[in-house]
Amino acid sequence: MNHVFENIDVAVIGAGHAGCEAALACARLGLETVVFTLSADNIAFMPCNPHIGGSSKGHLVREIDALGGEMGKNIDKTFIQSKMLNTSKGPAVHSLRAQADKLKYSLSMKAVLESQEHLTIKQGEVTELITTDIDVSDKLYSEGYRKKITGVKFYTGTIYNAKAVILCTGTYLKARCLCGEAITYTGPNGLQPSNELSKSLIDNGIELRRFKTGTPARMDGNTIDYSKMSEQKGDDPVIPFSFETNPETIQREQVSCWLTYTNEETHEIIRKNIDRSPIYAGIIEGIGPRYCPSIEDKVIKFPDKNRHQVFIEPEGSFTNEVYVDGMSSSMPEDVQIAMYRSVPGLENCKIVKNAYAIEYDCLTPGQLHPSLEFKNVYGLFSGGQFNGSSGYEEAAAQGLYAGINAAMQIKGKPFLYIDRSEGYIGVLVDDLVTKENLEPYRMMTSRAEYRLLLRQDNADLRLREKGYEVGLISEEQYNRVLYKKKCISEEVERLKNTFVGASKNIQEFMTAHGSSTLKTACSLAELICRPELSYKIISDIDPDRSELDDEIIDQVEISIKYEGYIERQQRQVDQFKKLEHKLIPADINYDDVLSLRLEARQKLKKFNPTNIGQASRIGGVNPADVSVLLVYIDSMNRK
Amino acid sequence: MRFDDDTICAIATAMSDAGIGIIRISGKDAVSIVDKFYLSAKKVHNLREHAPNTIEYGYICDNEENILDEVMISFMKAPHSYTREDVIEINTHGGMMIMNEILELLISNGCRLADPGEFTKRAFLNGRIDLTKAEAVMDIISAQNKFALHNSEKQLRGEVYNVISELRKKILYEMAYIESALDDPENYDLDGYKPTLLTELKELSDKCMHLINSSDEGKIRKDGINTVIIGKPNAGKSSLLNIMTGEERAIVTDIAGTTRDIIEETVRMDDIILHIIDTAGIRNTDDTIEKIGVDKAKKYANDAELIIYLIDSTKNLTSDDYDIIDLIKNKKVIVLLNKSDLGNQIVSKDDVLSRFESEIPIINTSMTDMSGIEEMKQAISNYFLDGSIVPKQELYITNMRHQQALRKTYDSISLVIQSINDDMSEDFFTVDLMNAYASLGEIIGEEVGDDLVEEIFSKFCMGK
Repeated sequence: MNHVFENIDVAVIGAGHAGCEAALACARLGLETVVFTLSADNIAFMPCNPHIGGSSKGHLVREIDALGGEMGKNIDKTFIQSKMLNTSKGPAVHSLRAQADKLKYSLSMKAVLESQEHLTIKQGEVTELITTDIDVSDKLYSEGYRKKITGVKFYTGTIYNAKAVILCTGTYLKARCLCGEAITYTGPNGLQPSNELSKSLIDNGIELRRFKTGTPARMDGNTIDYSKMSEQKGDDPVIPFSFETNPETIQREQVSCWLTYTNEETHEIIRKNIDRSPIYAGIIEGIGPRYCPSIEDKVIKFPDKNRHQVFIEPEGSFTNEVYVDGMSSSMPEDVQIAMYRSVPGLENCKIVKNAYAIEYDCLTPGQLHPSLEFKNVYGLFSGGQFNGSSGYEEAAAQGLYAGINAAMQIKGKPFLYIDRSEGYIGVLVDDLVTKENLEPYRMMTSRAEYRLLLRQDNADLRLREKGYEVGLISEEQYNRVLYKKKCISEEVERLKNTFVGASKNIQEFMTAHGSSTLKTACSLAELICRPELSYKIISDIDPDRSELDDEIIDQVEISIKYEGYIERQQRQVDQFKKLEHKLIPADINYDDVLSLRLEARQKLKKFNPTNIGQASRIGGVNPADVSVLLVYIDSMNRK
Repeated sequence: MRFDDDTICAIATAMSDAGIGIIRISGKDAVSIVDKFYLSAKKVHNLREHAPNTIEYGYICDNEENILDEVMISFMKAPHSYTREDVIEINTHGGMMIMNEILELLISNGCRLADPGEFTKRAFLNGRIDLTKAEAVMDIISAQNKFALHNSEKQLRGEVYNVISELRKKILYEMAYIESALDDPENYDLDGYKPTLLTELKELSDKCMHLINSSDEGKIRKDGINTVIIGKPNAGKSSLLNIMTGEERAIVTDIAGTTRDIIEETVRMDDIILHIIDTAGIRNTDDTIEKIGVDKAKKYANDAELIIYLIDSTKNLTSDDYDIIDLIKNKKVIVLLNKSDLGNQIVSKDDVLSRFESEIPIINTSMTDMSGIEEMKQAISNYFLDGSIVPKQELYITNMRHQQALRKTYDSISLVIQSINDDMSEDFFTVDLMNAYASLGEIIGEEVGDDLVEEIFSKFCMGK
């Protein structure tokens, strides 16, 4: 048989949310890229909820955009409802969430991929990684690499020679779906699974485990009685995800979501049939995420809660199907029907697609560098759900990160590194490579310790520069951010140095706005700090101000109003940075560091941290171990 | 984990209340901090003019400029010091009380108590100690840390630990509640939550203050390791005490049950101070007065840090002995097989050892010819050296570490209260609540890790 040989730069395995970002990043950086998918008609498919963003996930989308990724732009083109969450809270936790037209989202992303230079879509399964062993004398060997990637093998036998490979296999590796007693060996939504690749990964020294996740039923929207539910509308006006999207172009008609609740009857049905749940019956081996528990989990684990929220979300404008958020389940079909029909508004519902749980192979922790490259296979990167995460946004963020870093390696440039104080992406990647995550990892604002600085409104100010450095952000885009920064700091300076005295018209202004009168002269910045006043309100007593864009005004106002908190957080970041900058040599042998406690040594060997900061975050490594490590590294450097 | 650019302090001398005690301060603010409470012989604050590498006489004063003690102060300017930072050493008269007071002054003026092995660590990292000693430096850090942890655990048995854990649990719950609402705003809302939180926080901050104040009281306790001498009547307990104190304190007779009261004595053995309690011999008795003494003895034995158990080796072990062994077998014990000079020893070391679950020192002694006494002293000293017994002074330091952490907790909670009063949104509270949680964790040796995420998932039903 004659095999075909192709020579490319990067092979991306999987065209989900991670794979699309990875492939686009590589191709945009000029590398010949092939993205492999089991179904070219399901690129950027959304197999679970029909929305992008939400608390902390919205932050990720903004950051992806700031770095030059595609997710934000694509959802701006295809949303059917959008809402900023937590607007009554501080700016750090404002978060965008948009309902997607699923089909449009997928088609639109496919079109972007198709029109991208240097990028080829290829349908079919990759069955093998092709690697060569690294010689003991090779420098890479001393850095821990044992193999080097040289390409991938296609199911037809074709060999693609590649300099880097990025695994974005999502939930497809040896996927198994469970609906009660009915088990099918498919990927999500009945799609073909990938059954061959796991073996090749294991042969290359990669360790896998099983995770599970689940999705609720899709119902025929015509069978739902919305009069029994409360309507949830989108925002007016809508704020875009992408910094590149002109808000005026996306003010379109929106559809509503609907809110209803489970009740005691629902819970009783579940309790009576709990022995038929594959999880409780022990059929499911994979570990599921606690943050999106099945409805049976919620009922069993929180018996005191007499109702759970159910959110009906439309799946798109080409379909009547709706997604029943809050009621994912792996119960048998008859139980599903009974429990759904006990919910107000769903009494006569017809199920188009049953709820199911899905199990898949993914990585055990400790195998990836902070660049998302494998520690033992040079040139092999991975991103997305395969790394033990969950969620479209988490996947896209990692895909972009892994894609950029594969490109940086090929180009011989330094890796992109975002630390925990610079972005949610940094928190996500650090948690995935540093911690023993025992369940699919989901982003949460509580995971970001410096979140007052990591706002969705300043993602461009934080990350555009990095995007520019790696080459995904143009000079023009970058200059815009520099100009924006300049305007913000000049305006803040001006407000701090412009004083108003206790004159009659000022005092009248203060009284009119329910603010106490001035005792002495006061800067405009001090006035903005008062809860009852704002930048816009004080315009009457600030005649010298120049016209500024709203996004600049927002930044000015935030940095003045929350200055004290931001400064405190900044001091914490300064401390954190000092530890991050203490690098640990790649060839360190922890067995030589005798004073480390045994547990610390084992953990350090497993995770092999890049710097002291990362070492200090590994569970089981205490401050004294870190001190010992500092001394040891210093003595290595002195030799 | 901190990075080393702040100014640290610690007591540099050994664990006894020797004639001189030295407190060492290292870091860029050493001079300016000490200057605040140090007066020169002329009673002025002029430490900044003190010539490096000289020693001078002066006074330590409190915040109201009352003189607390006379001291000698030496100043070694960076890089000509042990740590290659500015170092000041304060030589005091060595009393535990005054050293503690000076440490407190240092801390309240901006010093931090040094971490275990931190002076040595700094000396190494700043190039003062040469490479060949790296191994030793690391050993010091890990050994001192083990010691400090042990110390802390020892002090926190029981109640304090529970109180701190309880405070932490409450803070964690509040954080998890806020975070759940931020993460899933359509499911949990924070309407009307601020007043509830305010009440809770005021209670927490009162409790912190109470703990800070009560740990101040704790400091006035007597110096020394609580040591109990225990044994059946007439085994030679009082004779032992007399030998150790060098004076006839206890009533010594040949009649069993002579010591009916508890006799307390502070004894210094080389570097170690023992606070010794001689108990009534433990023996099942109907004599009421003696019974009270026996009950007390049992109680003291229970609270003791070190137990010296005397056995009359010329008599067979009885059920009284077994009772005693049951009472003390999980303690730090030294067994003395007394009256070995009489030549008719019945009880052997193995007879005793087989009754204990672990290896313990057993020594043949005679209170008459003083044999075995040196060996006993060595055994006591060994308990110190391997860290099994922690000298009181170290406990003071731990205590101070705890106080410092409690103050930080209190300050963090106050900041949250301030935020509530300023009508800030709830998401701003987490930073300071987390700091309070972490500070309390320092006391009981627990780190923050993923506690918050765990709490959110275990207490709140999250997600789609």
